[in-house]
Order: sequence, then C-alpha cells, then structure tokens
Amino acid sequence: MNISVQKVEEKQLASLSEGKNVPDFSPGDTLKVNVKIREGSRERVQAYEGVCISRKGTGMQASFTVRKISFGEGVERTFPLYSPRIDSIELIRRGSVRRAKLYYLRDLSGKSARIRERTTGHGIEQRAPKKKA
Amino acid sequence: MRTGLIATKEGMTRVFDENGIQIPVTVLRVDNCQVTNVRTEEKDGYVAVQLGAGTRKTNRTNKAQRGQFAQAKVEPKQRVAEFRVSQDNVLEIGAELSVSHFVAGQFVDICGQSKGKGFAGAMKRHNFGGMRASHGVSISHRAHGSTGQCQEPGKVFKGKKMAGHMGDERVTTQNLRIVAVDTEEGLILVRGAVPGANKGWVMITDAVKRKLPEDAPFPAGLKSDEKPAEEQDNAVAEAPAEETAAEAPVEALAEEAKAEAPAEEAKAPEAQEETSEKSE
Repeated sequence: MNISVQKVEEKQLASLSEGKNVPDFSPGDTLKVNVKIREGSRERVQAYEGVCISRKGTGMQASFTVRKISFGEGVERTFPLYSPRIDSIELIRRGSVRRAKLYYLRDLSGKSARIRERTTGHGIEQRAPKKKA
Repeated sequence: MRTGLIATKEGMTRVFDENGIQIPVTVLRVDNCQVTNVRTEEKDGYVAVQLGAGTRKTNRTNKAQRGQFAQAKVEPKQRVAEFRVSQDNVLEIGAELSVSHFVAGQFVDICGQSKGKGFAGAMKRHNFGGMRASHGVSISHRAHGSTGQCQEPGKVFKGKKMAGHMGDERVTTQNLRIVAVDTEEGLILVRGAVPGANKGWVMITDAVKRKLPEDAPFPAGLKSDEKPAEEQDNAVAEAPAEETAAEAPVEALAEEAKAEAPAEEAKAPEAQEETSEKSE
C-alpha cells in the first residue's frame, strides 16, 4: 500500500481504537455487539448478539458479519470492525468450525445450525488466566 | 480567482465521519509545490502563476528548464503547470504553497490524465447496448449496429460514436468535496474518485460551480504563513529585538487573528512582502 494512504489509515486507526478493546474473535464465535443508536438527539446502546459468520479485510478496512435468528427470521449485520458506532464487542462463546466463512448456516435451521463450543486452540490459553484473576 | 495546486494521487481508502458513516476518499499529496514563474498582463497578455511540484534530479533536467528553475531560484521540479489567477491573487516567485490552501468542506475540481484503455469497442467506449445474445444474431453480439441511413445522405456523419481509442486523456471531475486536510504530511483527502492512476499528477482548483467558503485563505495558503506559529521559539531566539516586539502581539492573538488574517493579506499583500524581506 502507498505510504501516504497508510499514514492516513494509521492515524484513523489510532484515534478510533483509543480506549477500545477489540477481542480476538474468529468465525464461529458468538458475539455481543453493543451498537450506538441515535434517536433524535439522544444516544443509547443496543446489544446485537449472534454468531460471527465472516471476517473480512485488514487494518482500517476490516469488517465482520454477525448472524442471528430474530423472531424466526435470519438476520445478518455487517459491521466495520473499527466503526465509531460500535460501543464494544463482547466474546460470549468460542465455536469450533472448519470454514472461514460460515455462509452454509443460511441454509440450515434448528438443530443442524448449532455450532460446537471450542475448548482448545488459539486464544483459549489467553482466556484461562483471566478467569483465575 | 485563486491559484490551484499540483498534487499526486496516492490511492484510495475510507474514513469515518463524526456520525460513524464511512466516506470513500482519495488521498492526494502536495509535495514541494512552489511558484516558478508569473505571467503578467504587460508581458504575456494574461495573468497566471506557474507552479512546479515534486523533485527532479538536476542532471535529469534539460538545459532549458534548468535555466528557468535557476531564474526562479527553486530546485528542479518534476511537474510544472500554469493556473490562471486574478490580478490580486498573484503570488511571489519562489513562494511555497501548502495544503492549507484548501479548507475542509470546500468543493474542488480535479484534473488528471485518465487511465488508457487502448482500442475499445462501442459498448465500452460509448455505453452502447450491443446486440442480442440469441434470436439469430451471429458473431456480432458486441457490435455497434447501424452507422446511418441509405443513399441519402450516403455517408457516415462526422462524430459518429464508434470504436476507437479510449482513455489516456485529460479529464476533469467537478465538485469533489474536501473531507480533511493534513498540513503535517501535506495530504488532502477528497471524497470520491479522482481521474488517473495512482502516482499520477493531478491539478486541484476551486470548484467553478460552487461558492468558495469564506475561510479559504487569500491570495493562497502558503507554507510561510504557517511557520511563524509553529517555530515561534526559534524565531524569537534568532530574530532581532525589534522584530520580536512586532511579532509578539501577533502570536498572542494568533488564533483569533487567523480568521481575520486572510482578509488583511488580501488588502495589503505589499505590506506582508516587506515584512518577509526584513526577516530574510
């Protein structure tokens, strides 16, 4: 990438990720995304919980898609990872999957759409000491 | 009419605005942009400033240009272009322009050399519809079709849109909004796409079809205008006592005066020239 473009992105990234802690999550994980919603002049936070089915891009361009079943209807929302509209991202549960993109979940429902919990692998070791403390 | 700037297209990215909405932006870099010559009514019959930007090795510059740059007392430039200006916006030769020439929110026209597409068909070049995929059409699915009538007029009219060379021409995109200006790095972020390939040269001018915002600097955003505020400590240490006394109130009121300063400059460019000469 061009150096000037890189500088612009780094500056943006630094100002946007300031005070924010983005968890290390991957597709298959269940997330709770706290989204800022503006109603007139008032601003409140709404939680959106579902399974991360895709992560895309790097740096400033990074985004992820969260899928959930809302009132029997599948809903997918794609967020830019460093969007100022995202208040925080919480990692609820890690999932064991064998794909990077879980678009096959769109065709499944009920029991077959479940994802097994992942108990080993990357990110788990980091999580264990936190529980103790 | 103010002067424009010469910049290079660096590439595209996106930024978030205050509402969290993503804006696609093109990053433009202004590097070493100086006034290399001035065209006057008496001598040339029109008023313009000639700007040069970038750096070029002296041994790679031809003798004629070397002479011109030497006359202007500037380093050899990679790209030179003229911008028509009104009489009260003429600049001094050697003055270095800064990206602060443009302010965030203003609209600009950007001119560049578009990417060459080679010999392109009518569908790509003129957005023709082509022919049907089936129903008897044979090996002419992307052809332009008829080019005219019969024996009367008996010719194809001039200017008929047909296949031919596309791109690699001078293209101006009007009314592009400036999203942000980075004076430290010399970068301008413009909303949307800009003609040409990355690393290509572009000319940025105030939009002809939009009103110029009132806080735009007149006659131009110069680097010498920015420095006093940043390097005041150095200036105070080096400059004689008389000058510091004169500058001190200006510095104290720097922030307040910023809004007023452009107007004053426009009224009395001569006065400013005198002060700059003194400091030299």
